[in-house]
Amino acid sequence: MFRRFFLLVALAFAALSPPVGAQQKLVVAQSELSFVSKQMGVPVEGKFRKFEAELNFEPKKPEISKIAFTVDLASIDIGNTETEKELGKSGWFDSLKIPQAKFTSTAIKSLGGAKFEVTGKLAIKGNTRDVTAPITLTQAGGVTTARGEFTVKRLEFKIGDGDWNDTSLVANEVVVKLKLTMTGMSAL
Amino acid sequence: MNSSVAASSRYSPVAIILHWLLAVMIVASFCVGLYMTDLAMSPQRLKLFNWHKWAGIVILALSAVRLLWRLSHRAPLLPVSMPGWQVAASNAVHALLYVLFFAVPLSGWAYSNAAGFPIVLFALIPLPDLLEKNRELADTIKALHHWLAYGLAICVVLHIIAALKHQWIDKDGLISRMWPMSSR
Repeated sequence: MFRRFFLLVALAFAALSPPVGAQQKLVVAQSELSFVSKQMGVPVEGKFRKFEAELNFEPKKPEISKIAFTVDLASIDIGNTETEKELGKSGWFDSLKIPQAKFTSTAIKSLGGAKFEVTGKLAIKGNTRDVTAPITLTQAGGVTTARGEFTVKRLEFKIGDGDWNDTSLVANEVVVKLKLTMTGMSAL
Repeated sequence: MNSSVAASSRYSPVAIILHWLLAVMIVASFCVGLYMTDLAMSPQRLKLFNWHKWAGIVILALSAVRLLWRLSHRAPLLPVSMPGWQVAASNAVHALLYVLFFAVPLSGWAYSNAAGFPIVLFALIPLPDLLEKNRELADTIKALHHWLAYGLAICVVLHIIAALKHQWIDKDGLISRMWPMSSR
């Protein structure tokens, strides 16, 4: 009797406890971070293979949730070795000097249902800008998948400056697409 | 000796226009192709690659028109004085030229797709992908595209040598069949 009560209290406590970051994990192998850039009207798709995230996301309390994201810029995969080498250079990502892009959320708000709006600071190549991404969550079998898409302006981060700053050749807008698979998140 | 026969049996104006238009486009695309591949990555290189691709697509489309025209309009007969082996060689080179008019641009299109670049004609009209992005396959098709283009260049050179031989050695006026201005 006493034991059952104790168990109940423990369960209630577990259900009400604030999110614990260490328990939420990004399943990198099932996640995708891709982008589409336009060159002379040609959509060129690429992705980053190495990234990690620190997740502290509570769907019921988005205002106290936090997300931080780190991307290894040298892990870029554009399907073409020549272009990938070029992208590491100082005119583009300069990934030898500043190897990682970082995103840190500053505000997460619910847009109702499974939709959220994540705002934060994106730092690439020593330039930091605010970005906002709408995110939709789906949950199945203990796995949460977040999907979203947002646009960044490459020249704000000095990606492809100098010779390549002509946006009629390479568009300023780059669409970034996210599919993040996570475990350990509480139910929507 | 057969100049009167040759002069009276000219290719049709459409065939002549297509021949010379495509001749200029193919030679120019080949030269741009040779030049651009050695360039370091630059906006200029990006432009040349796209122009080369657009030219290739136009060559492909015009070649389809040309093939249909050729199949539906008889080519003028060759001089009766031509030895059989020369007729056979001429037919073989012409057949090979036509095969390569298609094979070279199609292999370029496939290479671009395999390398991860869809083709958007004149930066306006997106064309369907022939292949999915595939790094290993891209290297193979790149080599194929290069060898087919060299093959086409060899056929073009043979074609020009043969035309000049007819003009200067045989003096049979064969070249007037395809010459833009009608000759004597």
